[in-house]
Parts: sequence; C-alpha cells; structure tokens
Amino acid sequence: MTEENLSQAQPEQPEKPIKPVKPKKDPRAKLYKPETPLILSSSPHFHSPNTVPKIMWNVIFALVPTTIMALYYFHWSGVGLILSSVIAALASEMIVNRIKGESFTVGDGSAAITGLLLALTLPPTFSMGGAALGSVFAIIVGKHVFGGLGYNVFNPALLGRAFLQASFPVPMTTWAWPLTAKYAEVDGITAATPLGLFKFEHVNSALHGLIYGNIGGSLGETSAIAILVGGIYLLIRKYADWRIPVSFLLSVFVVSGIFWLISPDVYPSPVFHLFSGGLMLGAFFMATDMVSSPITSKGSWIFGVGCGFVLVIIRLFGGLPEGVMYSILLMNAFTPLINRYTRPDFFGEVRA
Amino acid sequence: MSDSAQLRTFRRGIHPDEYKNLTCHLPSQTLPLPDEVFIALQQHIGAPCEALVAKGDKVKTGQKIADSAAFVSSPIHASITGTVAAVTSFPHPLGAKVPMIHIKRDGDEDDWELLDTPEHWEAAPKEVLAKLVREGGIVGLGGAAFPTHVKMSPPADKPIDHFILNGCECEPFLTCDHRNMLEDTDRILKGMAIMMKILGIENGIVGIEDNKADAIAAMEARVTALKLNFKVQPLKVKYPQGAEKMLIDAALGRKVPAGGLPMDVGVVVNNIATALAVYEAVVDGKPLIQRMLTVTGDAVQKPGNINARVGTPFQDCVDACGGLKDDTAQVFMGGPMMGLVQYDLHVPTLKATSGIVCMQASQIKNTRHYPCIQCGSCVSVCPMNLVPTRISRLAETGKYEDCKEWGIFNCIECGSCAFVCPSGIPLVQWIRVGKVKATEQQQKLKAQV
Repeated sequence: MTEENLSQAQPEQPEKPIKPVKPKKDPRAKLYKPETPLILSSSPHFHSPNTVPKIMWNVIFALVPTTIMALYYFHWSGVGLILSSVIAALASEMIVNRIKGESFTVGDGSAAITGLLLALTLPPTFSMGGAALGSVFAIIVGKHVFGGLGYNVFNPALLGRAFLQASFPVPMTTWAWPLTAKYAEVDGITAATPLGLFKFEHVNSALHGLIYGNIGGSLGETSAIAILVGGIYLLIRKYADWRIPVSFLLSVFVVSGIFWLISPDVYPSPVFHLFSGGLMLGAFFMATDMVSSPITSKGSWIFGVGCGFVLVIIRLFGGLPEGVMYSILLMNAFTPLINRYTRPDFFGEVRA
Repeated sequence: MSDSAQLRTFRRGIHPDEYKNLTCHLPSQTLPLPDEVFIALQQHIGAPCEALVAKGDKVKTGQKIADSAAFVSSPIHASITGTVAAVTSFPHPLGAKVPMIHIKRDGDEDDWELLDTPEHWEAAPKEVLAKLVREGGIVGLGGAAFPTHVKMSPPADKPIDHFILNGCECEPFLTCDHRNMLEDTDRILKGMAIMMKILGIENGIVGIEDNKADAIAAMEARVTALKLNFKVQPLKVKYPQGAEKMLIDAALGRKVPAGGLPMDVGVVVNNIATALAVYEAVVDGKPLIQRMLTVTGDAVQKPGNINARVGTPFQDCVDACGGLKDDTAQVFMGGPMMGLVQYDLHVPTLKATSGIVCMQASQIKNTRHYPCIQCGSCVSVCPMNLVPTRISRLAETGKYEDCKEWGIFNCIECGSCAFVCPSGIPLVQWIRVGKVKATEQQQKLKAQV
C-alpha cells in the first residue's frame, strides 16, 4: 500500500528544475557495463521454507482426527457448532482487518484455528449462535485488541470459552452423551461428564471410554486417542514445543498422584485425571499455542508444571469440575514474566 | 547411522541446503593475470594501512605497497607487476568507497619480489617465522581477516595448548577450502606445523565436516605419510560449525567464555587457506597476493573454483566462469548465510574473499513478513544460546541497555535465527543495528563521565 502511495504521490509534486549532473569520469566505465540493478538484502540471504501460515495449517491438520471423532460422536450438532464458530472467527478477522486498514490475514490460518479450537471445547448441546458469539469475542477481544497475531497475551480460543462460560453458565455445563453411546437411548439426553460424575456424585468412569471418547463431554475433548494422534504429529514436526504437554501431563500425574496416595477413596487416580475432561486437548493444542506460551525451554517447563498444578487444585478443590481453561489462562498471564526470568545462559557464560 | 551419531559437534545450529556439489568436484583453475587490480588499504580487522607507493610508481608482484605501524594490522602487497594508476577511493565490497591502490598491468611479465626466507624453516628460530607471517601479509582467510601474526603472539598469561585447523567450510555453496585440502594437502599441513612451531605447541587438530569424506581421507593419509602428530577430527555437518567458538566446542569440548577469545581456553584456530598462505610465505617467500575462491550459484554459467590475485574485480572472476545469466538478481561476497550483498561488480576481491555467490531472481523468495508469533525457533537454533527475537525487538524499540543484558554482544551474526524464522523477521539486521547503537550509547556515557 505504502509503495503505491509513494508512486502516486511523486508525480503530483511540483517539479523542481533538475540540475544536470555531470557524470564523473570513471576510468572503468568502458570496461564494465552496468548490470541490471542487483537486489540488496541483509544476511542471511537464505531462509528455511517454514512460514507462519505453514505452521498454522499444520495445527489445523493435526486437529483433523479430533474433529472427525467429534463429528462421529455428535453428528449434526458437531457440524453446526464447528461451522458457525469457524465462520464467525474468519468473518470477524476480516472485519477487523478492514477496520485496521491492513491486508486480509485470514489466509494465515490463525483465525481458523481459534474458531475450530473454541468449537471443540463447547458442549455438543450448545447453541450455534452462542458459538459464533464466542468466536467473535475470541478474535476481537482475545486477539485484535491486544494487537493481533503475535501480540495476544491469552489464548484467544480459551478467552472466548471463558467469555461463554461467564455469560451462559448453564448451557456451558450441560452435557450430552455421544449419540453412539448406549445411554443415548435412555430418555434423558443430558449427562454429566466423568469429572462431574466423580466430583458431585462420586461415580467412577471406565478408562476405555475416556480413551475412545464414548462419554459425556465437550465436542473435541472426549477422545483422548484422537487428540494424541494429532498432538504427536505436532510434536514430531516441531510445530509445538514437546516440553509443554510433557510437563503439563507429568505435573498433573504427579500432583494428583500425591493426593490419590494420601486418600484413594476421596481423590480420583492420576490416570483418570490424565484422560478425563479437556486435559489432552488443552495440553497438546491450547497450552502449546506459541504466542501465549513461553519462548525459552526452561520457561516451557515452568509453564507446563504450573498449568498442571493449577489444574489439579481446581479439579479437586475448586467449585468447577474442570479447570483446564482457567489453569492455562492463568499461566498465559505469567508468560511474559516467565520469559523475562528464564533467559538462557549465554554460550560460555558463567553466572555469578 | 551409528557412525555419524558418534561424530562430534556443537549444540543447536541449523542444516541449510548445501549446494556444494555445484563446484566441490571441480579442480581449481588459475585466472589469467588481470589487466588491473584494486587493492583496498583496509583488507583486515584492525588499523588500515598507509600506502607506500604513489601514482606512477612501478611495482613488482609481491612488493609491499602498504603497511601500518599498528600491531593489529597486516601489510599489503602488489598482486601484479605494473604501474600504480591511482591511490584513491573506489567501491569496496563492504559497501562504502574506501582508499585503494589501483595498479595497471604492464605487459605480460610477472616479476616477483620474494620475501627473505630461511633455507629450512624447521631449523629457523620462531621469531624469524613469526616475522615472515607478518611480512607476508597473512590474515585469517576464513572471512574475518584477523591478522594472523597477532594470533601467533598470545599474551604470556594465556598459555596455548591446542591448535585447531578449521576445515569445516560450513557455509552453503563455498568449496574453496575443500578443494584446497584435496589439492594442497601437504603444504596446508606444513603451514599448520609452521604455525604450531611459532606457538611452541604439540597438539594439532584438523576439524573437517564429514560431508567432505575425500578431504578427511586425504588429510589422514598425508598426516601419516608426513609423520605429523595431528589428529584429523571428522565433525557432524552443521551450520555454523566453522565459527571459532563452535568449532572449539565441537572438537575439544571447551567453551570459550562469553565475551572471551579462543586463547582464553588455550586454543588458536586458523583456516585451511590461512595455513596454505603461511606455508607459501615462509617457504616459498610469496606474500599473500593470491587465493582460491569459489564462483558459484545458479546465476553463474560455469561455476568453479578459481585462484585469483587479490584485488581482481568481481567482474573478471565472474567472466572467467562464463559470466552471469540474464536474470541475475543477487551477488554476495561469501556464502549466503553471512555473505555481503554487492550492488555492482566493480568491487575487487579482498584477501578474505572466499567466494562470489550469484543468485537468480527465481531463487529469491519474496516472502511476506508476519509479526513474531513467539514460536521459539530462533531460540532453539542459536548456537550462542541467546533469545534473538527478544534482542531484535529490544533493538527495534531502542532499548539498547536491555539489549546488552540479553547478550547482544555475544551474537556472532551467523544468521541461523533469521534462517529459521517463520515470520521472516530480519533478526540479524536488527541485532546489528542494536550493536552499533549500544556501542554508541556506551561511548556517549563514557564521554559524559
């Protein structure tokens, strides 16, 4: 845009009389013909083929198994929620681009991720309009108010979910059994999540259900195995920092394990913690959001451990059955501080 | 690959495409004498030289034409036999116009003025050898051009115990060190022995990346044949292994302290080509007036390794390799990672010019720039263990004090961070700006006090 403006602006300027410049006699002028103007740049002149859109579209690709499982379990309600959320995210991104007068950034895929992730954290019975509203909030307040891609403090999708949780507390905690579950035949369509069952009714759920996802819960949170497939793809391709999910899950395991050892009757087992609720989705796709997680490796460990600790505390002692969203949002707020105090030692540095 | 798993290397770093097979198999060819040369008075790190000749003077090949009284400096010699046409400013590969000695060739003769060399260098006292290294105008030929005689005289409180010969050549495209190792193996090893004699040390290591298997084999064979006590150390291919501090870490496992020099850990590192130049100066009496350089890249008609006199215009070097293709878009002095971009081909080669890399327009990606998404790629590749995106941002916003706190002066500008950056942020460029500004600020503060 600026280049166009310049080229348009120049001819309009009043023409100054141009002084004829006498070319200095260069003894080599005869020997060397001037080349076509060479492009100037600062080293390095080589770049890897990795780009921001490539990272973003790979994250979306990694979410495909989870999305397929969501559609398999929840059919049309899944389709509706995902479509409305993604479309609302893309539309609000375009509107913000227009208002800011910048070129469209829909192609970089980051808005699509936000929309998709938000939809995957919603209960299947949630309304499509509500999902769209959450997406708009996530993009506008969660991302662009902070300055757009790269500047947001919090994970936009989680901020959108937090907004919906605060605005519609009842629909946000009303769960449906997957249509494939045998309970669906029963008259009551709504069901508690395994975490809710344990917290409020002290009912244990079977582990295989948690792994395959044939249980009550949010759209994309139920099938741990689908999330793991996509998450491991991200880690292998290095589109997510492996330290965050590893430290997050480890700290959940250890902290909940300590409580379980103290009193196995009161507290659920660490394995149950690992596979229930939104932990897998949160650990692989939410906490690893590059923008809102620390940049140093030491910082990643602190971030993951912090997330896990806060999560277990909320699950065991908080008013809510689930704490993935708040634990990650809380640690997002600490990210700048963590970055500041985890500067790696320079090569050959000896700290006093 | 259990073999390569055991190869030594340093931590972090990157793996850019090598493009070395364009030229690595091509024997070097010596360029015909250029019609004219432009010899810059600033060839090296340290004090620039004063011209010892004036317009109209006749000079012989190898005649000293510029020198400086400063310790950290190195004399400069005429690279052809001819007449000084001018001593004035000409375009320099570093960008500005700097004083140069312009020599035009007279006829076809190549009269040498040789250095006064001892009959057998093995028997000569090390002071004599050290003086020859200085008088030969030897500087580090890997790129930085640090005067070699300075490296040969470490202060008494820094005992040196290891000499490392740098045969990594980790920059993509460049193959001149590789060819030198194959074509001049003996003289390189003897040059290394001369430097070790000057330093009075016994332990020599030749570090070579294992993408140059033939060079490793040649070096090993000749080390045995010449009964030298050197260790040839194959290294895992990784950029920037040829950086002094990375190489010392890779070959010896010693970490040069932040802000320190190799001699702080008892090591002297020199390039392959420098060792060859030392041998030629000390044994043949030939000062450093010619070197091998790689003219390569997709935009060159016939890429090759050429031996060119110092001060030969880039155009002559390129013409000797068949000239450039029509859509040439970029020319660098040096490799694509740390090389300096050129705006025209009038500029002459320097002592430290290791290559001329020319790229076609189609090779240059005009990628869109994105804001930093904090992905941490730059952090995970920085061989100096810095946080490039943070330093770059601090430099961009003018917080030079904080730049220092985050280690801006430890940056070796290898370009690994900007190479991997998915947002296409010119990290190294901002860090360079930050270094200049932070130094200025420091000096201002000092002046106020």
